[in-house]
Amino acid sequence: MKLEARGVVKAYGIHRALDGATFQTESDARVVTLLGPSGGGKSTLLRVLGCLLVPEAGQVLMDGTQLPNNEVGALRERRKNGFVFQGYNLFPHLTALENVALPLRAVHGVSAAQAEARAREMLDRLGLIGHEMKHPAELSGGQQQRAAIARALAPKPRLLLLDEPTSALDPVMTGEVLDVIRELAENGQQIVLATHEISFARKVADWVVFLAQGQVQESSTAEDFFTRPQTALAQQYLEGLAKYR
Amino acid sequence: MLSRHPLLRTTLCVLLLLVVTCGLVFAAFAQIKYRWNWEGFRKNEMLFFQGWLTTLGICAGAMVICLVGGFTLMLGSRAPWEPVRLASKGYIAIVRATPLLVQLLIGYYVVANALKIHDSIVVGMLLLGLFEAAYLAEIFRGALESIGRSQREAASAVGFSTMQTYRYVLVPQAVRRALPGTTGELVSLVKNSSLLSVLGIEEVTQITRLINSRSYTALEGFIPLALAYLAVTLPLSWAARRLERRFAYET
Repeated sequence: MKLEARGVVKAYGIHRALDGATFQTESDARVVTLLGPSGGGKSTLLRVLGCLLVPEAGQVLMDGTQLPNNEVGALRERRKNGFVFQGYNLFPHLTALENVALPLRAVHGVSAAQAEARAREMLDRLGLIGHEMKHPAELSGGQQQRAAIARALAPKPRLLLLDEPTSALDPVMTGEVLDVIRELAENGQQIVLATHEISFARKVADWVVFLAQGQVQESSTAEDFFTRPQTALAQQYLEGLAKYR
Repeated sequence: MLSRHPLLRTTLCVLLLLVVTCGLVFAAFAQIKYRWNWEGFRKNEMLFFQGWLTTLGICAGAMVICLVGGFTLMLGSRAPWEPVRLASKGYIAIVRATPLLVQLLIGYYVVANALKIHDSIVVGMLLLGLFEAAYLAEIFRGALESIGRSQREAASAVGFSTMQTYRYVLVPQAVRRALPGTTGELVSLVKNSSLLSVLGIEEVTQITRLINSRSYTALEGFIPLALAYLAVTLPLSWAARRLERRFAYET
């Protein structure tokens, strides 16, 4: 896929989370990683790319087609995408199985029996066999995040968007979740990933978009970004993260 | 031994408290040298029972009205259209800030008369239900607004429309959070129904006053009256607590 943003602005009150973000990936990027300091605009850009937020100004293009800039069009568009959040955001009143099956039935028009079969298949694939009937509060953080990934993947999304999916997990659970994401990437799933896991990004990313202060500071192949960062901000960022690894 | 049988221990405690409470009540009556005369009340037991049934019927109807009305008012107070929002909020503010007694008297003798509705039971049921609806609207609103932004975002992310977000995500979670407050309001409703006696409706409080005056007794009827209300409110609270436990998915 080819992602492109032109002068995207998204503000929360007077704070401009994205202040004219512009970038363009190569035409066959499969795993695009958003890197940068906290508060730099990663999460907001990820939501704009996935049509979860509609920007105030600017354009976003996917494979040359402009994404809608109204709520009705955005809803249609984001139904093609899957989202995974830092805080899992499962529905606490539903079992793991229902968390996956309900959107299939309600949004994608899948029959009840097929939705359940698909949900079981996805939970099975993510190593949650035997946990189908548990509520989120009965699952560990890593299990919850894997259930959230199952929910995002069940409708076979064109694009999977992950917003710091391991930031709330301990190192062991982080490993579990990163394994899943790497496997997805290797199987050809198109992914946009916002993360602080630099070494993981290095392994899976095709393209890196580096954001700070609401603007794209660098946009290049992962190879180039990690070996030859162009801006001082990116150099400092990479050095800072490399210090204790 | 008792420490190993929690149910037995609880039962004994409850019985003990009950005995102490009853003892205190009767001691108080003895202190004022009250002379009991149950004859008159016993003769009118059937009448009392009929009054109690009327109270039950009015309360059941008013509960439906206040639940539906409360939900509607809550939606109204969140409506995107400003006149609807202001009307709902204004209704809630005024109803909550004036005494039920005043609302009943004006509602019955002025509004219902003007509208030519003369069935006092229907008018009483409506007024009581509409009064409690204002309180429920605020309880529902609080419950709904306490659901975090991340749940709305997750609903939006799986592709739910606004309607679906309410139906599948917000309302089911809000119901649980609204349960304790709602139970309290429903219990209040049952007790507040006693005020309908000022409209001459023959519910159980009015009947009790009637029996007391008919048999020249002062207070006898009020003890069965208290028990008659307890017979409704205690099971209501108990059922609500069971319902709460059934919804307890977060622990």
